[in-house]
Amino acid sequence: MSAVLIFARFTLREAIRKKMVLGVLLLSALFVGMYAYGFSSLRSNFMERVATGDVPLIDFPVFASVMVQLGFYTVNFLSGVMAIFASVGSVAGEVDAGTFHAIVPKPVRRWHIVVGKWLGYALMLTIYVALMCASVLVVSRYIGGYVPPNLVFSSALVVLVSLLLLSLTILGSTVFSSLTNGIVVFMLYGVALMGGVVEQIGRFLQNDTLTNIGVITSLVIPSDAVWRLASSLLQRTGDLSVQVIQTPFTASAEPSPPMVIYALCYALGAVAFSTWLFGRRDL
Amino acid sequence: MDLMTESGPAIYVENLRKEYRGKVAVQNLSLQVEHGEVFGFLGPNGAGKTTTIKMLNGLVRPTSGRLSVLGRPLGDAEARRRIGFLPEQFRFHEWLRASEFLDFHGSLYGLSRLERQARIPDVLDLVGLTGRADSRLRTFSKGMLQRIGIAQAVIADPKLVFLDEPTSALDPLGRRDVRDIIRTLQSRGVTVFLNSHLLGEVEAVCDRVAIITEGRVAAIGPTTDLLNGDHVVEVRARDVSETLLTEIRRRYTVLETNIPSIGSTRDFDGGIQTMDRPGITDCQLVLSVADSAVPGLVELLVRDGAAIHALVPRQRSLEDLFVDIVQVGGDR
Repeated sequence: MSAVLIFARFTLREAIRKKMVLGVLLLSALFVGMYAYGFSSLRSNFMERVATGDVPLIDFPVFASVMVQLGFYTVNFLSGVMAIFASVGSVAGEVDAGTFHAIVPKPVRRWHIVVGKWLGYALMLTIYVALMCASVLVVSRYIGGYVPPNLVFSSALVVLVSLLLLSLTILGSTVFSSLTNGIVVFMLYGVALMGGVVEQIGRFLQNDTLTNIGVITSLVIPSDAVWRLASSLLQRTGDLSVQVIQTPFTASAEPSPPMVIYALCYALGAVAFSTWLFGRRDL
Repeated sequence: MDLMTESGPAIYVENLRKEYRGKVAVQNLSLQVEHGEVFGFLGPNGAGKTTTIKMLNGLVRPTSGRLSVLGRPLGDAEARRRIGFLPEQFRFHEWLRASEFLDFHGSLYGLSRLERQARIPDVLDLVGLTGRADSRLRTFSKGMLQRIGIAQAVIADPKLVFLDEPTSALDPLGRRDVRDIIRTLQSRGVTVFLNSHLLGEVEAVCDRVAIITEGRVAAIGPTTDLLNGDHVVEVRARDVSETLLTEIRRRYTVLETNIPSIGSTRDFDGGIQTMDRPGITDCQLVLSVADSAVPGLVELLVRDGAAIHALVPRQRSLEDLFVDIVQVGGDR
């Protein structure tokens, strides 16, 4: 078994053993339950109004689409938070604890450790996002009777968001202490959210300065830009009425597809840079 | 593989230097450790011992100098496969069970599942933790963690083992066990590089010793040579004149002076005059004397009319040597 896989497996095992996986699954099950309950209540409310002749102005698929957006947004946010907090001390924590002293002298390369940890968390996040997106879709399909478009690609983009944050957090972990890293990355994550909102306001008001601030933010940390692409893909039905309702969680101005390429390079670059930094570091 | 490791010394260090942001931790350190040797690495806190061990294990990058381990340049995977290391801060993943911990570290050495299954009971037995294979490390005492740390260092049947303070958390029984483990390794031809503060322990197990101060080697050699380089002689004599005392002080290094107060009146220069014979005293001296100079000392005493009651050669302890060297360093 290659050393990278040993560290990936070890990382997964640590997450399970420290009950992180259990905690995340329990809370996520709670979320899915509440989501299903909300969706069914929305549907029965809609049906009641149709039955009593008080037909709403907006079709049900529009509500359903917004609910799916909300569901995906929550998955996006939760997996992002999970990516940051799971890996915040992945390097710094072990440096502080001194656990690397017995590991690094072994016949493994330092990059095996970083890439292995990344792979372990990446697998965990991918499985988590896949499960959560599938739950949202099952609820939407069987309770709401609505199937949004571009399911697989949108879900893949949500995975990309979490991998991007994971890579950035691991990079931070080779530079900062766990606490500092957590604060820095979470602030960047917040800045990305705000940057997205600023860019949308900029486009709406046709204010170039605001738009540019948003674009620059997306380049510094493209997590929100990728999410907005996922969000806009979920709305694209060819039915224009679907795009009437805007919430802070949905995207109007969708980012360009090259943003996906940029985000991929960003994530890979962050991992590569962190292996380089960790390789040079005195432990 | 074994042919490769037999060529050249087990550890070769030449002009090794490490600076941390301009602060020198190790300067110009050179030493060589032969295959099958148990090598003691001593020095006061902050002398650069742990930094040197970290450099030898690829944890810290040297600023300059040449290093090789098992005849291979630093970082060579083949060499690392044959090296075990117990770090000073023996902190491990405490959520693991003892057997899982050894399995993980065994897999890092590239041992197959079968090899690991075979080795784990062996090394647990070696460190006296046989019954604890399924206990989590979280439940281990410091001494047990140190033992399991030794176990991970030897899981891959290494040719060279670094032990950085292997007994710091152990009680006297545990220390004896570690001494036995080192002797077992020695009997199997394993080279052991031992860093310890417990000088008695180093003295008991090490073939050769290096004492380092301020990042360089202050003394190095076979343990017995270092300890017997100068004889320490205890002299008890009566009727020692003041001139004789002065002459002894001039010729030899006086480590201790003890003049019993028999019929004493007043002190002069550490000696005590007897009342009836001014300038004459009884004394007990501990001197550091070169092997060849012992007959000369006896002759001097006899010629001056001193009555020799005892002339006892004393084994110099590593502690004496250590204190001598470190104090010289500190006085500079």
